[in-house]
Amino acid sequence: MASFPIGKFIKYIILILFAVLFIMPIYVIIVTSIKPLDEVSLENMWALPSAIDFSSYSEAFTKLAPNFLNSIYLVVPATILSALLGAMNGYVLSKWRFKGANTLFLFILFGMFIPYQSILIPLIQFLRTIDMYNTIPGLILVHVVYGLPITTLMFRNFYANIPDEMIEAAKIDGANFLGIFRHLIVPLSITGFVVVAIWQFTNIWNEFLFAVTITTSDNQPIMVALQNLSGSQIVQWNVQMAGAMIAALPTMLVYIFLGKYFVRGLLAGSVKG
Amino acid sequence: MANDIQIKNKRKISKDQWTAIAFLFPSIILIIVFVYGFIGWTGYVSLSNYNSLIPDFSFAGLKNYLYLFQDFRFQADLRNTLFFTILFIGAVIVIGMGLAILIDQKLKGESIFRNIFLFPMALSFVVTGVVWQWLLNPSTGFNQFLSVFGIQPKWYTDTNILAGFEWGSIEFGLPVAIISVVIAAVWQMTGFSLAMYLAGLRGIPDELREAARMDGATEFQVYWKVVLPMLAPITMSVIIIMAHISLKIFDLIYAMTGSGANFVTDVPGVYMFETTFRGNYYANGAAIAIIMLLLVAVFIVPYLWSGRKGDQ
Repeated sequence: MASFPIGKFIKYIILILFAVLFIMPIYVIIVTSIKPLDEVSLENMWALPSAIDFSSYSEAFTKLAPNFLNSIYLVVPATILSALLGAMNGYVLSKWRFKGANTLFLFILFGMFIPYQSILIPLIQFLRTIDMYNTIPGLILVHVVYGLPITTLMFRNFYANIPDEMIEAAKIDGANFLGIFRHLIVPLSITGFVVVAIWQFTNIWNEFLFAVTITTSDNQPIMVALQNLSGSQIVQWNVQMAGAMIAALPTMLVYIFLGKYFVRGLLAGSVKG
Repeated sequence: MANDIQIKNKRKISKDQWTAIAFLFPSIILIIVFVYGFIGWTGYVSLSNYNSLIPDFSFAGLKNYLYLFQDFRFQADLRNTLFFTILFIGAVIVIGMGLAILIDQKLKGESIFRNIFLFPMALSFVVTGVVWQWLLNPSTGFNQFLSVFGIQPKWYTDTNILAGFEWGSIEFGLPVAIISVVIAAVWQMTGFSLAMYLAGLRGIPDELREAARMDGATEFQVYWKVVLPMLAPITMSVIIIMAHISLKIFDLIYAMTGSGANFVTDVPGVYMFETTFRGNYYANGAAIAIIMLLLVAVFIVPYLWSGRKGDQ
């Protein structure tokens, strides 16, 4: 290892420079969000506030609280349901393979890459027909359905690491399809469930296109409300930045506390089946 | 006796196999209806005269498509998407790979750096859009910082086109304003390619690099000649994933700039949303959606197909 200290020094400088660039927006959001409005101006965007003022948070929270709750009502059931369905599909497609299973899997996987604009018009008509347009359950249905490809992919990849011999042994012991799933596969796939749940939680929480087209006013999730906040007449940057912090908080907490699984989810979602 | 058990097992397996397929069935039906059926329906709408609140499914032929390709706004959208995609993917690959190589050098604080570059991934494009709209606001934001150096970019309010020439009814060239949305998108998505490259680098055995060093290769040569070629499949995956994100991008641009003056930051995703849900031009919106799907499919279908071959 013939790396010179000078080389190492330069590497640190570059990394630190980029790290500062990456953090700077967060610094500005936080600093702006705790400033009184009269200090939020062109001249002192970078300056620390003279006094810490949480009034922008209370204002943003008053405006966003109902939508924050909507997002919770949406994301919890949608995450659980799509993880369960994905686990079952992944189990079938990796451990109960049949002729054409691979092609069928690709047929499912394609749904992950489509621009959702290409299904949006009929989707809305369909939701109107079944009386689920502008409802949280309607959004849950949408996220479960369009989550199927990615959750199936992630569980299929995860289950590929469980040796087939274990399944065979369980079969010989007399366990059936569901028995093997409940007593063997599920206990072995707790990590898989965590990774998929984090991925789905983050994606559904952050999603915007379905949210803005399927729900209106009272039923809108947080991201739509945040967007509306920034589109309002008087630009109160401190309130907007506080709003952005509130909207970003749940996924940031997941990232901070479960970062390892978050990254695994990223990678699992990117590797082809 | 042994034969007996085998027959018993066989019957059992096949019953379970049927159960397995039965469990897959609801998902397959959902995918057929919600993905393929709905795409077909959108295609049907795109060929109709349904351009008002009153449903009108009379056949219009390619009228809506022909309209789009002569439409100033849609031409601008295609131009913007092209430049957005190239700049975005290029930057995400170069910065992501560069930072991954640096982080992989067994430096101190490696996990801190990794966490810093990855955290924007946890955010929503809407949050990123709102935040960067403020940071790149021409009268505030970075300009205060840059004014120290005597530069005052107009960022996303700039209507200039670099190296422009007439193409149809629009000026073809790099819209300066696109750079602002690229900066925001790169800030958010670089972590993804960084994570992928890090995983790739960890997969390359140290012995390979050691062997190259033994042979007298400089550190630069080790990376250029040994490591980089081995990362090619990862670069391929990054390109595919980023291309599909950039071709359908909507929320970031909608939250940050909207269409921009003279549509310099408009993209098909924004146009589709506005024309369909604000203007009620359903057939036009459906045609935009189908074109977006085709653009993505050009990248995705060969990628998925190659995965199928690798699987068998």
